[in-house]
Amino acid sequence: MERRVRTRLGDGGLVEMTPSEIRADLVAGSELGARRAKATPLTDAEIDHLVDTFASEAKFSAVDMGDEVVLSFDGSGNLDSGTRVDELYSYQSHRGADMLELFGIDYSYKAIKTILPWEAQWMKTAQLNLIAPLQYGAMPDLGRYSMPDGPIPNWSELMPLGRIDEAREAQMAAVEHAVADMVYVADGMWEAGADGLDFDTAGAAGDADLLAALTAIEQIKGKYPDCGIELGMAGECTLGMHGELTYHGKRLAGMWPKDQMKVAQEAGVTIFGPAVNVNTTKSVAWNVARACALIKPCMEEAEIPIHPNVGMGVGGVPMSPYPPVDAVSRVSRALVDILKVDGL
Amino acid sequence: MQMTRGMRLKEAKSYVAGKLGVSVADLADPIAMHDVRRDLGLGRIPVQELTYPTHAGAMEAKFRIAEVLDVRINSVARFATHAGLGARARA
Repeated sequence: MERRVRTRLGDGGLVEMTPSEIRADLVAGSELGARRAKATPLTDAEIDHLVDTFASEAKFSAVDMGDEVVLSFDGSGNLDSGTRVDELYSYQSHRGADMLELFGIDYSYKAIKTILPWEAQWMKTAQLNLIAPLQYGAMPDLGRYSMPDGPIPNWSELMPLGRIDEAREAQMAAVEHAVADMVYVADGMWEAGADGLDFDTAGAAGDADLLAALTAIEQIKGKYPDCGIELGMAGECTLGMHGELTYHGKRLAGMWPKDQMKVAQEAGVTIFGPAVNVNTTKSVAWNVARACALIKPCMEEAEIPIHPNVGMGVGGVPMSPYPPVDAVSRVSRALVDILKVDGL
Repeated sequence: MQMTRGMRLKEAKSYVAGKLGVSVADLADPIAMHDVRRDLGLGRIPVQELTYPTHAGAMEAKFRIAEVLDVRINSVARFATHAGLGARARA
């Protein structure tokens, strides 16, 4: 009778599986991801390596010495010990962060615009006291510009009424506001000494959300060529809430990680973070194999560093407020070993 | 090097190791890097009894990092401007 090992589902729950069951999940996840990305599934050798990783009884799993990668963070600091700068010290000195991020709890450029002098002062103070590179981060968050939170007619209400042209016009009006706000915050943060900006969960409100981020990034890089730009995606496939938007002639709706990376690169992004969403009812092994297959084509063509998102519920990490280290370490190792990513 | 130069990992490790005069493997060895950071003034982690008040830390260390790695660091350039330091520090 085959041994059973403890592993986890995408919601973090412990389950017992045999190595054969883990292998079957890895193959199924890989094949599904490859179909979506129009790429080839993981090789037999890669699947074998992942079976070894996930069928191990070890509490923790790690890459080989020499294969260490850069650890960047979107939102370093949990506000549970002292000030935000105290938390940044902690991330820099004790939690292994290679890049830090100052952020406001209302993680949206639209919200940050209203408190920019306050946030910029924190950036300056933090820069005086830290050594590790420090960026400022928030979301493009296009939905905030629609009624009732913003001034633009709500496209999500217009579309069900069949008022498609008005919904599209509303999204384009929101893009203008969002770009202006992101560039405004970037101006303030760059003046305060930031090493870079992070545009996190780009595309969360669909293709117009991504267009806003790319347009803002292009303008910011035009003004500040030395400014680091990290672009973290909201999901593996860009939703076509508008459907007809293009960036440099490329249709944004329906883009998968490889094409998302290409437009990010064109806009001036220096670190790209693909996001692959987790299926909470499938095993972590299934999820990480699917993530590897989806991101692999991106790695083959990237000219900039790739840091896949491995927060709660993305990249294979369980959707849980406190992801278990056995799962997080296996997911991290899998992405480094299989994809040769530049960071996480 | 990744953040502001967009360097891929292998290239970034080689660049930094070359500038520091160490092997790529040394970069992930805390014992080796503790001495390198001390010798080059790049800043270390202070831990109560083991503090380094007479060595470079925080912004001081970033001035050294900018010089050793030959990169412009935004906060260093702004500090130099605000403090009225020489053009060399702002380069």
